[in-house]
Amino acid sequence: MLKVEGVEKSFGEFMAVNGADLTVGKGELVAVIGPNGAGKTTLFNLITGQLKPDRGRIVFRGEEIASIPPYEICKRGIARSFQIVNIFPRLTVFGNVQVAVISQQRKSNTLFHPAQGMAVEETNRILESLGLIDKAWNTAGSLSHGDQRILEIAIALGNDPKLLVLDEPTAGMSPEETSATMGLIKGLAQERGLTILFCEHDMDVVFRIARSIMVMHQGRTLIQGKPQQVRENEEVMRAYLGEE
Amino acid sequence: MGRTILNWKSFLPLLAIFLILLILPPLLPRFYTYIIALMFVTGLLAMSLNIVVGHGGLFQFHHAAFYGASAYTFALILTKTSLPLWIGFIAAPIVAAVIGLVIGLFCVRLTRLYFGMLQISLGSLIWAIVFRWYHFTGGDDGIHGIPMPPFLSSLTSSYYFILIVMAICLAVIYLIFKSPFGTTLLAIRDNPQRCEAVGINVRRHQLAAIVIATFFAGMAGVLFVVLERSVFPDLLFWVLSLEIFIMCLLGGWFTFLGPFLGAAIMVSLRTFVGIYTEYWTLILGIILILLIFFLPEGVMGFLLEKFGSQVAGPRERGIE
Ligand SMILES: Nc1ncnc2c1ncn2[C@@H]1O[C@H](COP(=O)(O)OP(=O)(O)OP(=O)(O)O)[C@@H](O)[C@H]1O
Ligand SMILES: [Mg+2]
Repeated sequence: MLKVEGVEKSFGEFMAVNGADLTVGKGELVAVIGPNGAGKTTLFNLITGQLKPDRGRIVFRGEEIASIPPYEICKRGIARSFQIVNIFPRLTVFGNVQVAVISQQRKSNTLFHPAQGMAVEETNRILESLGLIDKAWNTAGSLSHGDQRILEIAIALGNDPKLLVLDEPTAGMSPEETSATMGLIKGLAQERGLTILFCEHDMDVVFRIARSIMVMHQGRTLIQGKPQQVRENEEVMRAYLGEE
Repeated sequence: MGRTILNWKSFLPLLAIFLILLILPPLLPRFYTYIIALMFVTGLLAMSLNIVVGHGGLFQFHHAAFYGASAYTFALILTKTSLPLWIGFIAAPIVAAVIGLVIGLFCVRLTRLYFGMLQISLGSLIWAIVFRWYHFTGGDDGIHGIPMPPFLSSLTSSYYFILIVMAICLAVIYLIFKSPFGTTLLAIRDNPQRCEAVGINVRRHQLAAIVIATFFAGMAGVLFVVLERSVFPDLLFWVLSLEIFIMCLLGGWFTFLGPFLGAAIMVSLRTFVGIYTEYWTLILGIILILLIFFLPEGVMGFLLEKFGSQVAGPRERGIE
């Protein structure tokens, strides 16, 4: 479904991504791991179009997407959440998701039709499945950090994506919240048959739920394989033990 | 939760106000009829700016350029051509919107502050053209004694015409705010990056908002000519742009009718205070400073905060 080959991105002199390869098959749950600064977020930004790669190919469902703007990539079926909470703080929780659903329905430009009756069912279904329905009319900015993280995912689901990209969905969460959230994500993947690409620092969680794991180190892909393969790989061990 | 588009409870006071405004002219001295009509025109102008400022989060710093461009277009069509009034009436706002489109095309590519700066320079360019092109625009004299058809010949009939056109424009603006386009615009104001990530072409959306806003600024420009029968370069001078901006701030740009209230206050100030002093821009500066420190949400925002939401005009914070 998604194939990333030899992608590079530098910021000035610094190569943040320096030869990344990644394959995501339909219906898979793929994790990207790597120490801080390995280039995971940069890689995700390249995939979803926030950044343009200097070199390499990103192919999604047979189409090269490396040079098209984020909103076009989203329309092709990739939605994402962000590592740092990135919501619409002054809109209601409902409004946050509704904006995405309306965009998904290609109705963002409709001028003379009241928005409030639109996309209500879909929006409520998403809020319900993520347990945010009770807070639907709260202002998003007033939610707790944990709830804002869930809302991140809810907004991405509003686009009804074929591929969901989650950049550290549990960043800043307590261990309990983390496992609850990952359970939620896994449930979503099964329920909706979603394909999910995510990155995460909690190794226990990653090895428990990911089908395939890609390890990044200093901008490079070390390996992508089944959890078992990754666990036994020496290079990975070294990267994690830190030889700096 | 009673989330209907036309909430009758908030609609009734508006209807009452509209009816009062309808019976006012015969009861008032001419001067006051004129001032109220001027408030309508200026109010519409401020509301049009608020489409891009309050809703779009754009630094539209030279809105008067579009208002003035439309007023001049209308005036020139009426004085230099034999085209019927209604053509000028439609063409002038369209000219404003086209200028808005062209200037907007450049501006939406820039980050917020540069957007504002480029607008000031391009808008000032239009002002300079109008100011210099003496034999066409009348230069700093402007154009006076613009002929109006019989049905707009008296102040009272102009008043009614302006009231009705303004009411229609406000209703349309309200519908736009409540539409998916409007709610998406709010989302863009809140977080443009996230909007791109949910599939919204942010620049195109902002550009469309600018075109709509400049069109309604153009409508206000036309109404100004109907009321005043003259145009002059001050209509597109940056000081007026600053005034419109302050009207939005003053009234409260997170509320629907706030900018209108701000416009009414500013028109009163200019009429009753401005005539006693040459330092109008100084007064503007002082108002701005007082606002920033004491009424960051504007007068309407302050009233809503104090008296809850039964004050006319539904709250526009977020999609409520
Ligand atoms: N816009 C930027 N300009 C300059 N350097 C950047 C930029 N974005 C990221 N970097 C650098 O690129 C490297 C990779 O950053 P990135 O955010 O992709 O890492 P990460 O794997 O997501 O780390 P973390 O686990 O902390 O989220 C870091 O050293 C970072 O400082
Ligand atoms: Mg990161």
